[in-house]
Amino acid sequence: MSQIFILADFTGDKCTKTTAELATAAARNASVTAIVLAAPGAGATLAATVKQGPIANVLVVESADFAAHGVAAAADAVAQVIAQKSPNALLIASHAYGKEVAGRVAVATDSGIITDAVDVAADLTATQLVFGGSTTVHSKVSNGVPIITVRPNSIEADLSDSTPAVENLSITISDAAKLATTTSSTPPVKGGRPELTEAQIVVSGGRGTNGDFAAVEGFADSLGAAVGASRAATDAGWYPHSHQVGQTGKTVSPQLYVACGISGAIQHRAGMQTSKTIAVVNKDPEAPIFDLADFGVVGDLFAVLPQATQGVAAQKS
Amino acid sequence: MKIAVCVKQVPDSWAEKKMVNGVLDRDGVDAVLNDLDEYAVEEALRIVEAHGGNEEGGANSVTVVSMGPERATEAIRKALSMGANDAILVSDAALAGSDALATSKVLAEVIKSGGFDLVICGTESTDARMSVVPAMLAQRLAWAQLTFASSVSVDPAANTVSITRTTEAGVDAINAKLPAVISVVEKINEPRYPSFKGIMAAKKKTIDSRNLVTVGVSVEPAWSLVADSAPRPPRAAGVKVTDDGNGGNDLVKFLTEKKFI
Repeated sequence: MSQIFILADFTGDKCTKTTAELATAAARNASVTAIVLAAPGAGATLAATVKQGPIANVLVVESADFAAHGVAAAADAVAQVIAQKSPNALLIASHAYGKEVAGRVAVATDSGIITDAVDVAADLTATQLVFGGSTTVHSKVSNGVPIITVRPNSIEADLSDSTPAVENLSITISDAAKLATTTSSTPPVKGGRPELTEAQIVVSGGRGTNGDFAAVEGFADSLGAAVGASRAATDAGWYPHSHQVGQTGKTVSPQLYVACGISGAIQHRAGMQTSKTIAVVNKDPEAPIFDLADFGVVGDLFAVLPQATQGVAAQKS
Repeated sequence: MKIAVCVKQVPDSWAEKKMVNGVLDRDGVDAVLNDLDEYAVEEALRIVEAHGGNEEGGANSVTVVSMGPERATEAIRKALSMGANDAILVSDAALAGSDALATSKVLAEVIKSGGFDLVICGTESTDARMSVVPAMLAQRLAWAQLTFASSVSVDPAANTVSITRTTEAGVDAINAKLPAVISVVEKINEPRYPSFKGIMAAKKKTIDSRNLVTVGVSVEPAWSLVADSAPRPPRAAGVKVTDDGNGGNDLVKFLTEKKFI
């Protein structure tokens, strides 16, 4: 049976749902091994959280270099694992860190790479949505160990429990991977809200908020949603850049996207039009965002959202 | 301090893009300097200006490095008009349809031979959006990788660079000895508009045109093959209601029907 390796994805010391998504795609035609990169002594703890999804084996590599030397050290370790174990493919989460690790591993192992796949078939054909989601592309890596990064939240994860066999692997990180040193790390400031790119529901505000995100946040919280913002809103300083959805911000693909006071410039659409369901609240009936809407309300978000927030609360009580 | 800034000419991000024979059709659309590369050019100019300026014949310079068709000179002129000193453009028929691996291989070869201290890139191109070339460059050059920088400071005396890396995973302080590869995020600065004087001066600046032979590198064709591509069907028209005092309730009703509540 073929072997596909995945790079286990963590937030802090918890394995993310993205890991189960990678495993689900990989398991379509292979036995799945998750690589866990850990600080010295932390491997067993991290590996113990890798228990959702069809994962047969866990390979733990411990090194202080992962925290100190970031992407380069991680890529060096993964490339060495690939060289030693020769899997049939490597899947990694498609975020900034994952894509950079994938890129370096591709160079180090002379392998082809595909990024931002939204699906990976049993024969390793990757599906990508390009040009702002307007075009579907199917492609395959033609050289080396196919390296594919998969967008979080794109594949419906098999979340059943597994009890993978854990193996420790001793690897020495090469000097060329230790040239840049991380001197301090601050995790993202977490409100009570889910991570934008992983959220099932995203409520976003734009120019129409006029800088007041209270109504948007209130509605988001009633649904347990993440809060996004258009570039107009982040450029105006109304909301942090880290929440920007669009071509130059984040690409999100939630089950439900609610765009409030966002006109729907092509650059914003590029970041959200693969959302499964789209709802829109906008004063301007001609706003192009309505073209994408499954459900649109022409109205003032400061009237519509508070009423909707109350409505959701009433349903939940 | 000699800085190379990697730039790419891309289709205007407002233009409608389509695939022809498995690659992006670049002929039918307006081509511009990748938006995100302007931040890299600006940051390079700010670094040299903070350390004595980039007057001709001085120790500091900013060189624009690009790979693309010959018409990419238009995008390069934009970077030169912002204030970069000169440029290198690698054009070769054999590079058509190159992937990030081939691109990074060619750029790395050009950079290796140029005696640069620092390479600065944007985080991604607005067409392919892979954001892997800076990391690949660092790997190929065996230089320090300091990417997704929201601030950069260079200390030429100590031969060091430090950045603040800002991604969804948080904020990291990273430092390294030069030479290094940096990519910058768009919040790092506000790129300057080319002045009239800058635009006139750019016309006289040198663009060193090279091909694969003069760069001295061979590249394999792309290592990922497109099987097929198709425009996605437009979304089916949805329901649109006008708020008559019940818009919020209508929205809740829709969300309930769809089982989001």
